[in-house]
Amino acid sequence: MKFHGRVWKYGDDVNTDVIFPGKYTYTVTDPKEIAKHALEDLDPNFASQAQPGDMIVGGKNWGNGSSREQAATCLKYTGVTAVIAKSFARIHFRNLVNNGVVPIVCASAVDAIQNGETIDVDLDAHTIKCATGDFDFPPLSPTLFTIIETGGLIQMLRRKLGTEHLPMPEIKSGGD
Amino acid sequence: MSGKTFAEKALARASGQSQVVAGQIVDAVPDAVMSHDNSAAISKIFRALGVARVKYPARIAIALDHAVPAPTTAHAVNHIEIRKFVEEQGIEKFFEVGRGISHQVLSEEVVVLPGQLILGADSHTTTYGWMGAFGAGIGRSEAAAIWATGELWLRVPESMKIIVDGELPRGVTSKDLCLRIIGDMKADGGLYMSVEFHGSTISSMSIESRIVIPNMMAEFGAKNAYLPPDEKVFEWIAERQVKSQKLKAKSESLISNLQSLALYPDADAIYAATYRYDASTLEPYVACPHRVDNVKPLSQVRGTKIQQAFLGTCTNGRLEDLAAAAEILRGKTVARGTRMLVIPASSQVLSEAIARGYIQTFIEAGAVVGVPGCGPCVGNHMGVPAPGEVTISTMNRNFRGRMGTRDSDNYLASPAVVAASAVVGAIADPREIYQDQVTR
Repeated sequence: MKFHGRVWKYGDDVNTDVIFPGKYTYTVTDPKEIAKHALEDLDPNFASQAQPGDMIVGGKNWGNGSSREQAATCLKYTGVTAVIAKSFARIHFRNLVNNGVVPIVCASAVDAIQNGETIDVDLDAHTIKCATGDFDFPPLSPTLFTIIETGGLIQMLRRKLGTEHLPMPEIKSGGD
Repeated sequence: MSGKTFAEKALARASGQSQVVAGQIVDAVPDAVMSHDNSAAISKIFRALGVARVKYPARIAIALDHAVPAPTTAHAVNHIEIRKFVEEQGIEKFFEVGRGISHQVLSEEVVVLPGQLILGADSHTTTYGWMGAFGAGIGRSEAAAIWATGELWLRVPESMKIIVDGELPRGVTSKDLCLRIIGDMKADGGLYMSVEFHGSTISSMSIESRIVIPNMMAEFGAKNAYLPPDEKVFEWIAERQVKSQKLKAKSESLISNLQSLALYPDADAIYAATYRYDASTLEPYVACPHRVDNVKPLSQVRGTKIQQAFLGTCTNGRLEDLAAAAEILRGKTVARGTRMLVIPASSQVLSEAIARGYIQTFIEAGAVVGVPGCGPCVGNHMGVPAPGEVTISTMNRNFRGRMGTRDSDNYLASPAVVAASAVVGAIADPREIYQDQVTR
C-alpha cells in the first residue's frame, strides 16, 4: 500500500475531545456530518479544507483521552489515509487500525515533515519520503496489516466469519 | 526464569495459556465486556458482522449513563435502540437510566471479579483494577467483535510499579496522589503500561479511595492499572454478591472463591520502571486547563474565581466523596454567583447519602442534586458552562470543549477542594475551612 498526500501537522498530546467533541457523539451520526466536525476544537480550518488522501502528523501521545471511535472515523470520513506520530494513545491507535486508517510511529519523520508539504508513504517498504529525506518506520505486525489491508476490523471479521456475501449495512450511529 | 507481573498472569489466564510475556499478542477471552449509551452504535456494527446472536449474553454488561434521562429526542432514540437490542439478545445485565455510572454500577453489581478480564467501550474501564481485575478500554468496533466472537487480540503490556508508603495528610486524597503522579510524569507517563500500585498507603485506603486510582490512570496513558486485592476488597465484593445473588448471608465460600481468583505479581517480576512516593509529603493538587497533566499545588491557584463547582463522576461521585463535601458545606452556603452541582455515582450512593443526611446538607447549602449518571462530564447536558465560565470539578478530564463549550475552563481537584471552592466562589483550600470549624 502506498499513500501520496498533503500533511496537516499538529503538536503533542492532541486528545480525542478536540479531534471529535463529546457533545456530538450521540447527535451527529451521518458519516458526512461526522467528517464536518473533524478536529473542530483543534483546527477549525481542517474539516473544510482537507482533501481525500491527506495525512496527519502529530507529536507524542496522539489521540489520548476518550475511547470514542469517531475520533478515528471522522478522519476516515475526511479521507485521511495515515496518521504519523511520535507515539499514540493505545485505544485511539486500535480505533485507527480497526477503521483502516494507518497509524505510523516515526519520531524522526515527525520532526522533519513541515506542515502543508506533500509526502509519500510506502507501507510495504515501511518508508516515508518527505522534502528533507527518507525515513524508515518499524513494519506493522501481520495482525494489524491484515486488518488495514482488508479495510478494517469489521471487514476482516466478516471474512473470518464467512458472512462476506451478506449485504454490508451503512453504520450510522453515535456513541462516546 | 523470571517471575510474572500481574498483567502477564491475568492475560495468560484470559487466553488459556500457562504463561505469556510482555510484548506478546494473545487472543483473550474477556469475562465481561461493558458498554453504555454507545451500545446502540455497537449493536449496528454487530449487525454488520452478519451474526444473528451474541456469543455470550451473560458476559455482556450495559449501563445507560452518558446522557440520562435523555436530554433530546436523538438521545432518547439512541436509548430505545439499546433497550430493543438487550431484549432481543437476552442480555440480563442491563442497567437503566438513573441506576448510575457504568463503572460504579458494574462494581456494585459484581459483573467482574478479581483476576478476571473486563474490556469496555469506555476509556475508564481501567477502573476495575481497584479489585485486582484487568480492565482495559477498547473501541466500539472491538466491543461488537467481542459480542460476536467472544474474544479479542490484546498485546501483553509492560508493567510499571508505583510504591506509595506513608500516611496522607488530612485534606489530601487519592485524587491528589493521582494528580501528582500525572503532573510529575505527564499524560503519557504510563503509555501502554500496566501500572501496578503497591505500598502501605494503598492497603490502608478505603475501597472508595482506591477506586479513584485506576480510574485516573486512563489519564496517564495506562492500558490497565492494578491494586493488589486484600481482605477489604473480598469483604466488599462478597457483601454485594449477597445482594445481587439474593443470598441469605455472606459465607466463607464466597470469600475463599474470591481469594482463589485473585492474582498477585511475583516478587522477581520484571518492571519497565519503579517509582516511590511518600504520601506524607503530598498536598492538595489541581489540574489546570486544558490538560490533566497541567498540575499545580492548590496554593498556586487559590483565589481563582469560579462560576460552577461540580461534584460527581466515576472518579469522585461515591459516598466518601459526598461525605467530604458535606463536611465542608454543613451550615454554609454556596457563594453568590456560583452554582454547585452534585451528581451521585449511583442510585445506591444517592440512597445512602439521603440516609446519612448529606443530600439535605447540599440542598440547604444551595447546591443542585442531579440524577446518578455522568452529568456534564461528557458535555451532553446538566451543567454545560457558558463561554468564558470557569468550573472546578472532581472530573478526571479537563480537555478543551469536554463539558460542551470550547471557550470555558475546567480545573480538576478532590471533592473537598471542590466543595470549599463552592463556598468561597473561588478556588479554595478545604483545610482553611476545617481550621475555621475548629476555631468556631
